[in-house]
This record gives sequence, C-alpha cells and structure tokens, in this order.
Amino acid sequence: MSLPAVADPHQHLAARTRWRAAEIVFWLATLLPFWLAPSYLQLASQIAITAMFALSLDLILGYAGIVSLGHAAFFGFGSYTAGLIAKWGWGEPLTGLLIAGAAAGLLGYLTSFIIARFRHLALIMITLGLGLLLAEAANSATWLTGGADGLQGVRMWSLLGYFAFDLWGYVAYAYALTALFLAFLVMRRLIASPFGLALRGIRENAVRMPAIGAPSQSHIRKAYTIAAVMAGIAGALLAQTTETVSLETLSFQRSADVLVILILGGAGRLYGGIVGAIVYMIARDQFSGINPQYWYFWIGLLLVAVVIFLPNGILGGLARLSASRASAS
Amino acid sequence: MGAVLGVLFDGLAYGMLLFLLSVGLSVTLGMMNFVNLAHTAFAMLGGYVAVTLMNRYSWPFLATLPVAFLAAAAVSVVFERGLYRRLYRASELDQCLLTIGIVFMAVAAAAYVFGTVQQYVELPPYLSGTVPLLGKEFGVYRLFVIAISLAITLVLVAGLEYTRFGAQVRAAVDNQRMARGLGIDVDRVFAGTFALGSGLAGLGGALAISTFGLDHAFALSYLVYVLIVVAVGGLGSIGGSLLAAILLGISDQAGKYYVPEVGAFLIYLVMVTLLMWRPAGLFGRR
Repeated sequence: MSLPAVADPHQHLAARTRWRAAEIVFWLATLLPFWLAPSYLQLASQIAITAMFALSLDLILGYAGIVSLGHAAFFGFGSYTAGLIAKWGWGEPLTGLLIAGAAAGLLGYLTSFIIARFRHLALIMITLGLGLLLAEAANSATWLTGGADGLQGVRMWSLLGYFAFDLWGYVAYAYALTALFLAFLVMRRLIASPFGLALRGIRENAVRMPAIGAPSQSHIRKAYTIAAVMAGIAGALLAQTTETVSLETLSFQRSADVLVILILGGAGRLYGGIVGAIVYMIARDQFSGINPQYWYFWIGLLLVAVVIFLPNGILGGLARLSASRASAS
Repeated sequence: MGAVLGVLFDGLAYGMLLFLLSVGLSVTLGMMNFVNLAHTAFAMLGGYVAVTLMNRYSWPFLATLPVAFLAAAAVSVVFERGLYRRLYRASELDQCLLTIGIVFMAVAAAAYVFGTVQQYVELPPYLSGTVPLLGKEFGVYRLFVIAISLAITLVLVAGLEYTRFGAQVRAAVDNQRMARGLGIDVDRVFAGTFALGSGLAGLGGALAISTFGLDHAFALSYLVYVLIVVAVGGLGSIGGSLLAAILLGISDQAGKYYVPEVGAFLIYLVMVTLLMWRPAGLFGRR
C-alpha cells in the first residue's frame, strides 16, 4: 500500500505567497487619491491608519482566534507615546514611530502572559477589562495625558528632514500608506510562514496543537506582541499626522469599531481589514455628514446583516460568489 | 463609622439594581451559551416604557413597573424567536457581533425617539425622602429598591428550587444534552427563561432611572457593568450574580466616596484580578 504523495509544506506556502495581478492593481490603485481626490487625502490617510489597525487585529483574531475587545489599548498607547515624545521636544517622525511601536510591543508582551492563559468569555472580559483599565488610567493622569482635553502641543518635524506635513495631507497620506504597505508585507510573510500555519491550527484547536509539537501559549504570546507593535505604530501614525492625541484612541468604542471593520471585510483574510476599513470609513464619512447621531443605527444593521447573510465578511462573500460562478460555468 | 454604613447601604442598593439588570443574562448564558450583549437594550426599553407611561400618560410609578417587565419580556421573545435562534450553534464572536449590532440600533433608535437628554421621573411622595433608622437617615427609595430586589431574589431561588419549570431550567443549565435526552423541551424552557430574564432587566431599567439615570446610551454604558457581574459571578449562577453585583456595587460606591480621582479604575482592577484568579467566575463550574 503506497501513501499518496505528500506535498512539501514549503512548496505549499511558496505557492500562497506568489503575487497575483489583482493585488498589484489594488496597491497601485491606493496611489490614485493623490491625483483623483486631493481634497480627500486626510480621509485617505485615516483609512490607511485604520486599515493597519485592523490588520493587526486580524493577526490575533482572524488567524489565532483570540477575541479581543480591548485592542485599542495598544493603539492608544502607541498614540500617546508618539505624541508625548514629540511634545517633549523630539519631533522626528520615524524614530518616534519606532519607539511608539516598541513601547506598545512591550505592553503587548507583558499582557500576553495573561492573555495566553485564558479563552472564551473570560478572555473577552479580561481584554475588555485591561483596555478599560488603561483608558481610566489615562483619563485620571491629567498631568501626563491632558485628560479629556486631549494631548496638546504635539509638533512634528519634517519627514526625513525634507517633507513637512502639509495642510492637505499629501505627506500624511504618503507616510501612512508606506507604513501600511510595509506592515502588510510583514503580515503577508508571517501568514505564509510555518508560524502562520501554527496560528491557524491554534484557532481551530488550541488543545491539540501542543500535541503535534506547536506550543500554543508561546505562539499566542508572539502573535499578540507582534499585533501590539503594529497597533501601536498605527496609533503613532494617527498622533503624528493629526498632531494631537485624544482619550478616544483608548476607548472601548475604538476597540469595537475595529472589530466591526475587520468582520465587515472578512476576518482571517489578508485583505479583510483593509477592505473593511475602506468601506467603513467612506460610509461613515458620507452618512455622518447627513446625520451623525443615527450613524450607529446603520452600523448596527450592517452588523446584523453581515452575521446573518455574510458570515465571512465582504471578501468571504465575494469568494463564495466567484466559486459558485466557476462551478456553474 | 456613619460614613462606612452609608457607603455600604448605597452600595447595597446599587448592587441590587445591578443584580436585577444582570441575573437574566447570567442564566441564559449558562443555559444556552448565548452571549446576548443586547440584554441591557431590553433594560433600556423597560426604562423608557416606564418614563413614557408616567410622564405622558401620568400613570402612577408603581403601576408602570409591571408594564416595563412585560414589555421587555414580550419584545425579547420576538428577538429570540426571530434572530437569536439562528445563532445558537454559531461562534461566540458571531453572537457578540449580532447582539452588539442590536445594541447600536437600540441606542440610535432611542436617540431618534426620545432625544439624547437625560430622562427624569417624579417619584411619588411615599418613596422619596429619608427615614431615620438606628440613628441614621436612609433614603426611602433605596430601601424600596433593596426590598423589592430581595423579594424577587427569594421568589427566583424558590421558583428554581421547588417548581417543575425551575427543575427543568436547572437541568438544562447543568447538562443540556442530557436534559434533551430526558424529554425536556429545552428550546421552550430557554424561551421562557429568556423572557423572564429580559423582563427582570426591563424592571431593573425602570427602577434604575432615578439612581443610574436614563439616556439613549444606557444600553452601552451599563453593558460593561452587567458583563462584569455575569463574568465574576459565574455563568448560570443566581447566587454568584447576587454576590458579584453586591461586591461591585459596594466597591463602586466606596471608590467614588473615598478615592474619587481614580474613577472606575478600581472596579476594572477588581474584575481582572478576580477573573485571573478564577476564570470561570466565583461560582462558575466550567
């Protein structure tokens, strides 16, 4: 009896990392706002930042299956770190970004020891509680964070000593988009590595993974730390491009929003967070112009509809559609 | 000494309200493992029903309470039959998302219908003011809240312990598959429990107006408190919920009285620490 030929896992992974035409077109299209919609460049850089935040949540939620209701903790922590460094007299953006990412990563690493021990409702409540703890701490520490008024007096130097942040957002969008693209490349590489496969294994069955030689807890700790770094950098980008930091960056609302964005786009898919961020932010920009108070009604309706009709988000729905079309033809 | 007693008393009244708001969620979560974040939306509905009946149709306060209970229970059954049933076997994340979507819709709908202002109720004269007791003044309304909550707790515990329906509920919480195997219609038991729990939340919402206040964001702002009570108390445990709610109420009031500058920090710290010590809650079994 001969066993069927087993594909080399490295070949399988290499096949998944090949760039497809649609991806190249997508990334080229992200450059279009520079020429087509210069008045929306501020919004475009907000979208890029939100997409990066959603990408970081995707690593832990979509791939490793860790449901977090407190992911804004890292976003806000990175935001305040970058803002404070600039306020204290070091306005260089790139080093500020790296320091903020490292600080958020350290926070992520420390909390990951707690996170990795729990699952289910206790995990959801602990992530929620840790997020709320940090938000309350920032709210109380008015001398450091400026409290409810937000952090004032953040002044950024020119990017690379040459490109000053302009009012229209040309530099801001280029900066945020470059950071998003680099983060995306890192993510793409991670997902297609044996580590990425192990994370998916943990999502499917956390108890069985150690039995086949993949230590669940240490993998979860690594993924959580990487996601924290990425979220911290996204938060730092927001602080640097808007030159202010508010308590809202740490709020439960922001954690919930990014969850909605990721689910809307499709969790566990590389482009899920990015597509979700584009759709969500543009829709919010349009709807809240009409009636800001009732914006959340439509978000709620959207959530209910996505859960009932599109269990895998927009990208999952598209994949199903194209699969059924392929089988029909 | 007097201050300590006052904080304990206020904390107890606060905790009893939290218990009414969260006990239904605890039992339904324990029974069906369904994460119903919209539970506080039913509480908000009860509150608005009471406010509308009193301020627009000038009903007496006490008469609005049963209506708030019934309205929340009736609406919750519609949601349970129409939407929730589809997701009993779905992941926790999907359940969270569906129900938080309902919360968002409820918040926006409340802002549309009632505006974003705080709602006020005029308490009847026999429920306002204070009475002297053991040389201290106690708020009559808080005594009333404590009394009514204790009465409801007794009825609930006795009902669970001594009625046929209560036995079916306990069986379904303990082991759903075994209960089905014994011929208990778990779905129907669950629908009944769900209606009862949501009704209690509605009643709690109506009772809470003059203590917690009521505005369009009630469903979101008290959701965290309700979840803390449920997670700390342990799923499906009435006694656990009661203890957790009183603990939370007293630590909240004590925090506000003694260290107002740290705000809600203390509560979240207590919750995270308790959950790290016992992930399944104080009285949880899983």
